[in-house]
Amino acid sequence: MSELTHEGLARGGRNPLQQRLAAAPRAVNDRLGVIGTALIVALIAELVVFSLLSPYFLAVDNFNNIGRAMTIVGIAAIGQTVVIIAGGFDLSVGSVMAAAGMLAAYIVGAGGGTAVGLLAALAMGICVGLLNGTVTSYLRINPLITTLATLAIVRGIAFVISGGNAEVVSNTLFLDIGTNSVAGVPLVVWLMLVLFLAVGFVLPRTRFGRYAYAIGSNARGARLAGVPLHRWRLAFYGLSGLLAAVAGCVTVARTGQADPAANIGVELDVITAVILGGTSLNGGRGRLFGTFLGLSVLAVLNNGLILASVASYWQQVVKGVVLLLAVSLSELRGTRRDEE
Amino acid sequence: MSATPLLQLHGITKRFGQTDVLRGVDLTISPREAVGLIGDNGAGKSTLVKILSGVYAPTGGTIELAGAPVRFPSPLAARSAGIEMIYQDLAVCDDLDAAANVFLGREPRHRVGPARWLDRRRMRADAARIFERLGASIAVDQEVGSMSGGERQLVAVARALEFSPQLLLMDEPTAALSNAKIHMLLGIVQRLKQEDVAVLLISHRFTDLIQVCDRILALRDGRIAASISPRGRDVAELMAEMQEALTGETLGASA
Repeated sequence: MSELTHEGLARGGRNPLQQRLAAAPRAVNDRLGVIGTALIVALIAELVVFSLLSPYFLAVDNFNNIGRAMTIVGIAAIGQTVVIIAGGFDLSVGSVMAAAGMLAAYIVGAGGGTAVGLLAALAMGICVGLLNGTVTSYLRINPLITTLATLAIVRGIAFVISGGNAEVVSNTLFLDIGTNSVAGVPLVVWLMLVLFLAVGFVLPRTRFGRYAYAIGSNARGARLAGVPLHRWRLAFYGLSGLLAAVAGCVTVARTGQADPAANIGVELDVITAVILGGTSLNGGRGRLFGTFLGLSVLAVLNNGLILASVASYWQQVVKGVVLLLAVSLSELRGTRRDEE
Repeated sequence: MSATPLLQLHGITKRFGQTDVLRGVDLTISPREAVGLIGDNGAGKSTLVKILSGVYAPTGGTIELAGAPVRFPSPLAARSAGIEMIYQDLAVCDDLDAAANVFLGREPRHRVGPARWLDRRRMRADAARIFERLGASIAVDQEVGSMSGGERQLVAVARALEFSPQLLLMDEPTAALSNAKIHMLLGIVQRLKQEDVAVLLISHRFTDLIQVCDRILALRDGRIAASISPRGRDVAELMAEMQEALTGETLGASA
């Protein structure tokens, strides 16, 4: 088929130099991006300011505290990043955490064994995720509405089953997960890091990841190219549910009890981290490393404000301001394209 | 057209609710043939090509590909059978790069045991090869969203040609292009014929069709109302004939 050349087709009036110039900033962008750079600068600024403000800030123990504080939001943010890249949204993660944690605690408390309890909790998370995916994809219900509904349903079930009472966990194996350390770093922090690395490795290298971007970018185009949308959306929401359940088990392991009121409102922290990390709410764009940076900026900020004795009410204000700044920055930078 | 037909449609009908959009379309396309399809808005052109590309299932009638009856329950099924479609809006993903768009839906993968992962190097190399073949200087790692209209069109063409289709369906491919780009695209269509690819081209630009098509079919009221052979004919006369075929006596009565 070598004759298929046609002189000048789509040279588009761009000479090689112009193309190289256009490509250069993109290459930098691909690695870190304006948002990633800004987040790293913000993170360094936080470290400098807080180490000046508090003598306790720059300590190994304190960094373990920060890491531990990141785990629950962080693990859920991994799944949320994938769902938002794919053009979806998952508000149900906080409720799934509570319900899955309760299920694990009940099974362990009834002598079912830690492994069985954890697996049952994870299976429950996947089921809620599949429900979210089914309703949003097959029935074409807006994911905000779908997951707002499952947020209420799953949280409600957790309260109904428990009668509103927390279940105290006494199984030491389960509790060890929340308290043990490996190489000086809390086990739950390792878990979060491994999950970030695993999903971060999978996203650019598999159909799972590529189709998340493709479906979030142009679902109709992806479908016409032969991508089965429903099946993949189920996978994305299923992952989010699974990871929310993991975060729920981590919550129980750390606090020693399963509370039906645990992690209320945590979905907003999760989404804040994801959006702060540069993932587009319109879908199609985002990086897991950005989510990790966004998460770190927020966690260090929270920790530093506490150590600097800033009233906790201000933390909410600061978090909101940071999010607004980050989103404004990304809008300024972003070439506004015509949305469909 | 004495060769074994590549594609044959017999009595294809399509009904949406109470509306009969297609009322029995019979159509034959031979290998290497470029066929034009004209019709007023609502005549059923898009519905017809969507049936061929696996987006819609026909209500009735049969499709034969190289003599064997086929059904396309999904776009992927049609693509696997060698029928590619270039949509009017191109259906590309702006946030993916050119190579990812070319291979979307059919990415080559490495396999080790149960593990599968994308063969990104091969996608980039193969995409670069097809762009070179098309005479296009497109960077395979450039995001499609940052490309010009002509470049985006070429990405869509590359996606359609990468898997060596037997039949290429094009829905108003020149609608969004400048005159220079239209000329180049029609050049590609002409060259495809030499490469054993049949083309079904929907366009409202009669001049484009006259230039590249062996036959021009007029779809009216859900049926093929006329078949016009443009070869060796006077352009003005053809234009008049096509206009007449489109409107007929039933002007304004089409669904």
